[in-house]
Amino acid sequence: MKVIVAVKRVVDYNVKIRVKADKTGVELSNVKMSMNPFDEIGVEEAVRLKEAGVASEVVAVSIGPAQAQETIRTALAMGADRGILIKTDEEVQPLAVAKLLKAVVEAEAPQIVILGKQAIDDDSNQTGQMLAALLGWAQGTFASKVALGDGKATVTREVDGGLQTVELKLPAVVTTDLRLNEPRYASLPNIMKAKKKPIDEKTPADLGVDIAPRLKTLKVEEPPKRQAGRKVASVEELVQALKNEAGVI
Amino acid sequence: MDFDFTPEQEAIREALARTCARYDLDYWRQRDSDGRFPEDFVADLARGGWLGIAMPREYGGAGLGVTEACIMMQAIAESGAGMSGVSAVHINIFGPNPIAVFGSEEQKRRFLPPLIAGRDRACFGVTEPDAGLDTSSIRTRAEWNGRRYLVHGQKVWTSTAQSANKITLLARTTPIERCASPYEGISLFYTDLDRAHAEVREIDKMGRKCVDSNQVFFDAMPVPKEDLIGEEGQGFRYLLHSLNPERALIGAEAVGIGRAALARAANYARERVVFGRPIGQNQAIQHPLAENWMELEAANLMVFKAAALYDRGRPCGAEANAAKYLAAEAAFKACTQAVMTHGGFGYAKEYHVERFLREVLIARIAPVSPQLILSFIAEKVLGLPKSY
Ligand SMILES: Cc1cc2nc3c(=O)[nH]c(=O)nc-3n(C[C@H](O)[C@H](O)[C@H](O)COP(=O)(O)OP(=O)(O)OC[C@H]3O[C@@H](n4cnc5c(N)ncnc54)[C@H](O)[C@@H]3O)c2cc1C
Ligand SMILES: Cc1cc2nc3c(=O)[nH]c(=O)nc-3n(C[C@H](O)[C@H](O)[C@H](O)COP(=O)(O)OP(=O)(O)OC[C@H]3O[C@@H](n4cnc5c(N)ncnc54)[C@H](O)[C@@H]3O)c2cc1C
Repeated sequence: MKVIVAVKRVVDYNVKIRVKADKTGVELSNVKMSMNPFDEIGVEEAVRLKEAGVASEVVAVSIGPAQAQETIRTALAMGADRGILIKTDEEVQPLAVAKLLKAVVEAEAPQIVILGKQAIDDDSNQTGQMLAALLGWAQGTFASKVALGDGKATVTREVDGGLQTVELKLPAVVTTDLRLNEPRYASLPNIMKAKKKPIDEKTPADLGVDIAPRLKTLKVEEPPKRQAGRKVASVEELVQALKNEAGVI
Repeated sequence: MDFDFTPEQEAIREALARTCARYDLDYWRQRDSDGRFPEDFVADLARGGWLGIAMPREYGGAGLGVTEACIMMQAIAESGAGMSGVSAVHINIFGPNPIAVFGSEEQKRRFLPPLIAGRDRACFGVTEPDAGLDTSSIRTRAEWNGRRYLVHGQKVWTSTAQSANKITLLARTTPIERCASPYEGISLFYTDLDRAHAEVREIDKMGRKCVDSNQVFFDAMPVPKEDLIGEEGQGFRYLLHSLNPERALIGAEAVGIGRAALARAANYARERVVFGRPIGQNQAIQHPLAENWMELEAANLMVFKAAALYDRGRPCGAEANAAKYLAAEAAFKACTQAVMTHGGFGYAKEYHVERFLREVLIARIAPVSPQLILSFIAEKVLGLPKSY
């Protein structure tokens, strides 16, 4: 069975984000970019499926500028077999990403598509769900465990207040949560092999998808600075402060 | 001229940074106190295929150059592992260079794969107590008895000899009196460190406690003919060939440890408030750190220039020596400044910078001292009379 994993190039999670002076977005020039951590978990899961003999091929797909190729190479160095880059310098919002992935899925006919539950840049948490809806496929989101059976997948989901286990009919869409696995680091031999693995390049136009934004960003601002805390002497004083000053009880 | 690393080189740096992140500053501080060899760290690097980075592909290596080896060693040092981390694998990375370049097909097949897999650990026996930097006057001798060589003599500072099962050994095979030049009659061996005939005594030293350095005493240690690298009597020449890549590697390592110290110092200077403001707001604190950054990055350019020259098969003696010198001096200054920036806390082990300072001295002293590099540049580049 074929597995598709979506990998997004985002600002590295260690970078201290700065808002652009004109408030149109965050500073991206000269900033370290990496694979979205949830997508790393997705790649790891797909590669494990391959190592277990369940998956036959793992295809990593990224949508973004030419440099997103490096993100695909990272997936290839982790063990994915080949890549597809849908190249665009435009802003691509979740719905457009879902439509582009749908076009790739229709051409590639995988049994599973694995995405991160969200990307750590815009934190939208929409693409996986939209893709499943567009394809009319089952979806198992926020997965902390995935087991594949005969024509079906059992997915344990991290939901508020506990774990929920769902059974999906394949083909299906899965989005990863943090505890699904611990992604491996690329080994040197795999970095070398990744150089020779093919990356296919397409444009949104090739796939016939209109990626025009449907949402408009009005402005981006720093969150307010956190105020220093205060020590209280007793529980009574705490309760008073919560009641009278914070007004939360 | 292109100052960017390739995406593949970036991937190497990134993968190593992540691997090393599992071994944090507290891990290395612990090793610095208990002196245990970082076996788990080395095993992790071996599993990732890193030990063969600069070894030929036919023998299980990655076939990359000194440039990539420098990127690797720098990433290890910069992670905070410092010399403790790099010295644990340094000899595996550069030590086999003479085998790869001058060894026979049979030797490469026999020696390289187990080194790359981490099954063999090699130490490097060049320095002797009575020869010092004047390598041509080494006294350890390998005598041919008709069937094999027997090694007698003494080495000093031999790092990792506590756990190594192999040794790259430089020894005299023809007495100096019978040689036309003192640089002849010396041979290079790669052989078993046979503890029945070699006594290894650890040296109690200033830093890098978890990677041992030793005195080694040889008493008729047998070495078969098959373990002689290249031709008998040509060892000094073979050694010289591998010195330049090693200089570049040491330079890369020094820049790494300097950057680690500088990053901690800058961080501390941003956060530590006395006299009502961050100490880093004072130019007396920030200017020296800015200077450290400039010196480290300038040295780094020389490091990668030397590595690039070597990888293209061009002469690089002056650049490799200059890289080692500049990097070690810049890193030493950065580590000192990092301690000073921390005030009294710089002297406390909890802040880690004092370990960097103790470790970075190794990059200044070994494998060649700053004085000898200056003498070399004066002679070879400036055409001044040889002074040593
Ligand atoms: C931690 C550590 C690990 C080491 N690991 C190894 C190892 O694994 N294998 C190995 O073979 N060696 C190893 N060494 C040894 C290292 O390479 C030597 O210490 C180094 O080459 C210097 O030699 P020496 O100590 O004998 O100094 P000496 O030669 O005694 O020099 C002492 C001082 O005199 C100066 N000097 C000497 N001659 C001149 C001159 N003509 N002009 C000006 N100044 C001069 C030197 O610059 C130096 O400052 C290690 C050393 C250390 C500290
Ligand atoms: C081994 C040891 C033993 C000690 N024993 C004692 C003891 O017995 N009793 C005791 O009371 N103390 C002791 N101390 C503490 C010592 O006196 C302090 O470490 C020292 O006063 C510096 O204070 P600090 O560490 O808080 O540095 P900080 O005040 O935090 O200074 C950090 C750095 O910022 C610089 N800096 C700060 N302000 C400025 C400025 N305005 N302009 C430029 N630079 C600035 C400092 O010069 C320093 O480099 C000891 C320290 C050590 C290391």
